[in-house]
Amino acid sequence: MSDILSYPFMQRALVAAVLVGVVCSVVGTYVVLRKMAFIGAGISHSAFGGVALGYLLGLDPIGVAIPFCLATAMAIGWVSRRGRVSEDTAIGIAFASTMALGALFIGLKEGYNVDLFGYLFGSILAVSASDLWLILGLGLGVVLVVALLFKELLFVSFDEEMAAVSGLPVRALYFLLLALMALTVVVSIKIVGIILVEALLVIPAAAAHQLTRSFGRMMGLSVVIGVVSGVAGLLFSYWWDLPSGATVVLTAAVIFSVCFALSPKRRRRPALSRG
Amino acid sequence: MTAKTSVVKLEGVWVTYHETLALRDVDMEIEDGEFLGLIGPNGSGKTTLIRVILGLVKPDRGRVEVFGVPPDRLGARHHLIGYVPQRSQGDWSFPVSVMDVVLMGRYGRLGLFRRPGKADREAAMRALEDVQMQDFARRQLAELSGGQQQRVLIARALATEPKLLLLDEPAAGVDAYGEEKFYELLQGLKEQQGLTIVVVTHDIAVVSAYVENLACLNQTLYTHAPPSEVITAGTLEKVYGCEVELLAHGRIPHRVVEEHDGHGGHNVPGGHG
Repeated sequence: MSDILSYPFMQRALVAAVLVGVVCSVVGTYVVLRKMAFIGAGISHSAFGGVALGYLLGLDPIGVAIPFCLATAMAIGWVSRRGRVSEDTAIGIAFASTMALGALFIGLKEGYNVDLFGYLFGSILAVSASDLWLILGLGLGVVLVVALLFKELLFVSFDEEMAAVSGLPVRALYFLLLALMALTVVVSIKIVGIILVEALLVIPAAAAHQLTRSFGRMMGLSVVIGVVSGVAGLLFSYWWDLPSGATVVLTAAVIFSVCFALSPKRRRRPALSRG
Repeated sequence: MTAKTSVVKLEGVWVTYHETLALRDVDMEIEDGEFLGLIGPNGSGKTTLIRVILGLVKPDRGRVEVFGVPPDRLGARHHLIGYVPQRSQGDWSFPVSVMDVVLMGRYGRLGLFRRPGKADREAAMRALEDVQMQDFARRQLAELSGGQQQRVLIARALATEPKLLLLDEPAAGVDAYGEEKFYELLQGLKEQQGLTIVVVTHDIAVVSAYVENLACLNQTLYTHAPPSEVITAGTLEKVYGCEVELLAHGRIPHRVVEEHDGHGGHNVPGGHG
């Protein structure tokens, strides 16, 4: 164990993995409860377009992915709130077209020698020192925003209409949540990869949801599961030389299966006898 | 009529949803302290009317005033309106405690970023006491029965300390006995706190025994009068037209009298005849 920690790349990867575990789990709690998993998939896949654009322009791929993911998230939100196109249709369009843009940008870049696989599925070697600062800054920013607006985000997640009646800015809060999801995706790309981020937005929170009926405990448990998955996944990745995204997500999936099997909830829902 | 101030005022309100007419030229005034039952067949626009008053739906034409201003201009006075949505809308497996839910009623007053404090917890507790759910404060919402969840939602609405309480089919999913108890609760709240209450319901028989006025809606407002007038004047037939299902339920009362027989029994006029 100690020899692993002596590698600077591994130290950076571990710090990043802990942070990714925390941020994904915190934001994922809202994603799961608001049933926004597919939006998460749409936003995360759009990161491919951003990363590829960064390569094409010779800029930092993650730096370009930030505005790209934010713009996609806002576009999905805007189109689905307008109500003319259903939300899942809007996501379906954004999902594929941003990936197609990514493929186009990669194709336009002559003689590319990109570590595409690393971006798609994560890599423990990928976190540079400057990446780490970016991840730390964005990740802590996301957690801070959630802490500040904890009660508002809880209310709109539970009952958006009621929150609107109470005078809360529900529209702004919805777009804020989409922005938080976009930033969470960007934070996670290096470790988990574009294709697999969405799983980490869902699995830890869903596993925690199996074990508790308290919102606070769900978020807390989710963070524990997210961090354990991140760190354990990273170690598996190191030992077996596998893409870190795969090992992190599979670790989380195994934890979910255990939580699901052990769930004390029988989900006894009161009969809704309505005429 | 003229001496009392009106809490809600609608003038010539028209609403269309996706090219379907929901409300046609509705004029309505709800007076301060009025206890009103809003009735009408399925799809008659009852919920839309409530949503218009709440500011959730903007009318295509017409004017809406709540406490003298359009509902979306209430600003910091949003808490004057308490709203209990239809039960079928809620996510009842959401991981929150009863206290969490009732405290949400305070959020509008608190404003952004601020956390609920002691005074908010006390207000939430009082609201729970009003609906006799104080012993359940620490329970999780998902563990409660339908009727209990309904009372929690009312407590949430009361925790805002509203002047106007709007309830959309609050008794749906509650049995007849629970329903009567429920209206007694509303009546008590009205008397103690001077609330203006609007209840949307299907159940004309039960509601008639408690409310002061009935408003009959079927796209447009047919009448707004005391139950005795509405029921005898043949208005119901006009409003419901050939709404056979409801008539066949045998729930249209000939005459509704509040009945108490000492040991808490109940008697729904009409029954299942």
